[in-house]
Amino acid sequence: MDTAPSNTPAVRKKASKLKQSITDFFISLYRINQFILRFFREAFMPPFEFKEIMRQCYEVGVRSFTLITVTGFIVGLIFTKQSRPSLSQFGATSWLPSLVSIAIMRALAPLVTALIASGKVGSSIGAELGSMRVTEQIDAMEVSGTKPFKFLVCTRVLATTLTIPILSTYTGFIAMFGGYLNVAQNEGTTWSSFIQDFFSPLTYIDFVASLIKSILFGFTIGIVGCYQGFNSSKGTEGVGKAANGAVVTAMFLVFIEEVIIVQITSWFR
Amino acid sequence: MKKKIVTADHNNPVISIRGLEKAFEDYHVLRGINLDLYQGENLVVLGRSGTGKSVLIKIIAGLLTRDAGEINVLGHNYAHISEKELQELRIRIGFSFQNSALYDSMTVRKNLEFPLVRNRKGITRKEIDTAVETVLDAVGLSQTINQMPAELSGGQRKRIGIARTLILNPEIMLYDEPTAGLDPITCIEINDLINEVQQRYNTSSIIITHDLTCAKQTGDRIAMLLDGQFQRTGSFDEVFDTDDARVKPFFDYNFIQ
Repeated sequence: MDTAPSNTPAVRKKASKLKQSITDFFISLYRINQFILRFFREAFMPPFEFKEIMRQCYEVGVRSFTLITVTGFIVGLIFTKQSRPSLSQFGATSWLPSLVSIAIMRALAPLVTALIASGKVGSSIGAELGSMRVTEQIDAMEVSGTKPFKFLVCTRVLATTLTIPILSTYTGFIAMFGGYLNVAQNEGTTWSSFIQDFFSPLTYIDFVASLIKSILFGFTIGIVGCYQGFNSSKGTEGVGKAANGAVVTAMFLVFIEEVIIVQITSWFR
Repeated sequence: MKKKIVTADHNNPVISIRGLEKAFEDYHVLRGINLDLYQGENLVVLGRSGTGKSVLIKIIAGLLTRDAGEINVLGHNYAHISEKELQELRIRIGFSFQNSALYDSMTVRKNLEFPLVRNRKGITRKEIDTAVETVLDAVGLSQTINQMPAELSGGQRKRIGIARTLILNPEIMLYDEPTAGLDPITCIEINDLINEVQQRYNTSSIIITHDLTCAKQTGDRIAMLLDGQFQRTGSFDEVFDTDDARVKPFFDYNFIQ
């Protein structure tokens, strides 16, 4: 009689691998949870690292500023340009500022900023902390009486949480300017008229939702980058993995959060 | 090589370890370590790579946790020590890392200032500058004060790493492979520096190495770590004088003649 498929060594091996993967997943989830809880435990307890937080805010802003300026401008310009043909079919090009404002302020500005920051800032944090872990600089900090978690992790996460909303607002205004140039060139709309049309469809909920979204995106980028770097494995490969993991995970989570927040805010409209 | 004149106080152990055990998953690295480090003594822990030498000092520094055993450091029992007490205790222990572990985004000055600024609240700029100049002078690298770690040689990085620990005036020094990766002349300079630190700062030290020259030059006492336990302890000659097939190949006497 043939052996039942469920008892073959290959099936057993696969089952064991699957079991291990599931176990590893839950262990990772537990560790991430502990990491986040530790952040909230330590970030709001004295002594506060104001100087280091300000330095990190500057780093986050400077690292992304140029790219965000260029990308924000292009997004506004291209979005306006691509939307015109559809609206012109109905003779509704005067709605362009409103359309652009809704798209940019509700979704594109926070999302584009978060994706750029994930790539620039998240990877940089992951690589920097990963490198510090590999070269024992984090251990050196610990033995010299400094809490590395507070000094390295809390400051960076707070910096991204504070700076990404500012960058996101900036992206929104740069994109608005890009949109205006296109509208002014084609429709000859004045600046004041454009601004009036741009802000008229926006409500209080749009600004609040956009702000909450940016804060959450900033926190996610910071905590993911720090988690990957702080827990990176030994060796140069570990640094690369930390940087890569920081970008991929942060981007994935940003999209998930975007979907959830859009759904929640739609209930309030 | 400079002559070493230091006498250890054998009635006053600054570190006392009993039955220390540590395993990484199924691999038992330390299997019941007993160790006393006396005031003013340089204890060299010798052993092959992977025998748990670095693990031992990382447990003493609180970077790794032990599985079993009792550790007393400067009167603090690790079984009852709080996180705050451990942090305060760490300031009294200097740790020189194998790869120096200098903060590569900071200059030498900032590297040296960092532990001082963070642990001595209210310290003045003048006091910081004086402390930095003193330790740099002690390691003979005053000219490197504004350089970045990447601009330093391996030996200079080791010296700056030691200087960074000295700035807090530690009572105990833990050296992890202080001469690893250095040329023979620089090794001798580092060995001399370890002895100078012992005399000038009155430190008690554990030196982890597999470099026999370093062991002979710096060690007041040698402990041979094999199979997770100290198999032989004594002076360099006492430890060497054995027929133990596990120890003898390591101490190829002709090698260091």
